[in-house]
Amino acid sequence: MAGTALQRRLIWRTAKVVALVEETSRVRSLELAVPGWPGHRAGQHVDVRLTADDGYQAERSYSIASAPGAAERLALTVERLDDGEVSPYLAGELRPGDLLELRGPIGGYFVWDVAMGGPLLLVAGGSGICPLMAMLRLRQAAGSAVPTRLLYSSRSFDDVIYRDELDRLVAMGPGLTVIHTLTRDQPEGWAGLHRRIDTEMLTTVAWPPAERPLIFVCGPTPLVESVAESLVQLGHEPTRIKTERFGPTGG
Amino acid sequence: MEMDERQLRLDGNAAAGLLQEVFVHELTVARGACATCGAVGEMGAQHLYMTPRSPGAVLRCHVCESVLMVVVHAGGRFRLGLRGLAWIEMQDEASTS
Amino acid sequence: MGFVSRAFKGRPRDQSRDARLPPGQYLVRDFPVLSAGPTPHTPLAGWSFSVDGEVDVEKHWTWEELRALPSETVKRDIHCVTKWSKLDTTWEGVSVDTLLEGIETAADYVMAFCDGGYTTNLPLEDLTGGKAWIAFAFDGQPLESQHGGPARLLVPHLYFWKSAKWVRGLRLMNEDSPGFWETYGYHMYGDPWQEQRYSGD
Repeated sequence: MAGTALQRRLIWRTAKVVALVEETSRVRSLELAVPGWPGHRAGQHVDVRLTADDGYQAERSYSIASAPGAAERLALTVERLDDGEVSPYLAGELRPGDLLELRGPIGGYFVWDVAMGGPLLLVAGGSGICPLMAMLRLRQAAGSAVPTRLLYSSRSFDDVIYRDELDRLVAMGPGLTVIHTLTRDQPEGWAGLHRRIDTEMLTTVAWPPAERPLIFVCGPTPLVESVAESLVQLGHEPTRIKTERFGPTGG
Repeated sequence: MEMDERQLRLDGNAAAGLLQEVFVHELTVARGACATCGAVGEMGAQHLYMTPRSPGAVLRCHVCESVLMVVVHAGGRFRLGLRGLAWIEMQDEASTS
Repeated sequence: MGFVSRAFKGRPRDQSRDARLPPGQYLVRDFPVLSAGPTPHTPLAGWSFSVDGEVDVEKHWTWEELRALPSETVKRDIHCVTKWSKLDTTWEGVSVDTLLEGIETAADYVMAFCDGGYTTNLPLEDLTGGKAWIAFAFDGQPLESQHGGPARLLVPHLYFWKSAKWVRGLRLMNEDSPGFWETYGYHMYGDPWQEQRYSGD
């Protein structure tokens, strides 16, 4: 049984920022200590709530980027959006030692447990990599050899979140392939893909439908919808495609 | 710059937290049937229209876009509109049969 | 004092004692896009506006006919039930008074109905006397579809959920009946100055 669908009442917990990791110029990971954290599954998210001194509150959801298993610890990865209200605070102002209110884990739909098997196709656009990274980290920590392919679309080389860690995960093997596509600009000598994900790219990267891969797609809504539609057109079963749309601004 | 409605659309999964405040069972993995077109699917796969500044969350059928469920959490209450669902079904984890 | 996030300011908002802000509202500078569903895209060739229901004779206008009616530019404050307000928003539209000219009715209430199925109810009195428009331009530009274009109802003296996007007509009713958000708990009338957000307020 991959985790009961019966759930406890959501309560707000106070998390403490233990460390910050600048992943890219716009993206930061927050390592949080959460007393009483009940644990989570890869792909789940938390709601984070900020309160200003006049009582005004803003709430947003963020995918948990860390693998399950670390006692009372979890990591979130936040992209700072120019017109954002919460992300500039989380990926900007926040310092180690600060407290954050959060509740979770939330969401039983967009989750992967090792027992679910594969092959596993993960498709990410920008910060959509976050919940998929929790899945890859879980896969590694569990010593799973489930054949896995990640197709990851980013604007540029410097925008690739977890770039070095992804290289390490591939090197550790076995069975993980990571394919990047850089859509806006590429470093000199780049021999990889350099266009938006399209049906042709998916045909090359994805397993044939007969392999019945489990597919997770995450990122800005237009990318997710276009990828999901292409995969269905290629013959993949809609019930084996799970999507997580981030809305207009990608998270 | 215009935003098209696709950009505003989320998955039903994004309503999981809101629904968890009301139900014991995780609703996003529950199956439901659209009362309008009959399509059956997991609630997490339906189309969700919800933003921090909207009056409520509207879950629509991913096939025909009819309203399945409306959740308003305001004024100290939760009000749910369920008329658009013919039925909703969840696994009984406790059952051994 | 509850939990406060150190140094969190939030969206630029002003809750000053500005007499133009109803109770509980914040002033914002952006124009939030909210939706209960996909944006409709009715081609103008197929678009029409109707006044029907409890009337002696139904009336219909095509897009061209609507645009041929006298219109006016108005500047008003708008207030959303989710607490944001925008002051001095500029709209161009046809006054509902113009559309109701010559229509005989004993009905006291109206249901505005829209592409996509959205509805909202109002007393007829709140749509007349220069209080409401069918607006087709915002800030000097044609109304964008995400904000309700080609035309939306504009009733600024009530909470903005009553200013129905993608409006296609007004149905006159003898009795008040809840529209979309009213069915799900929002106030039947919605006066921001009396903070009538939810039923029972």
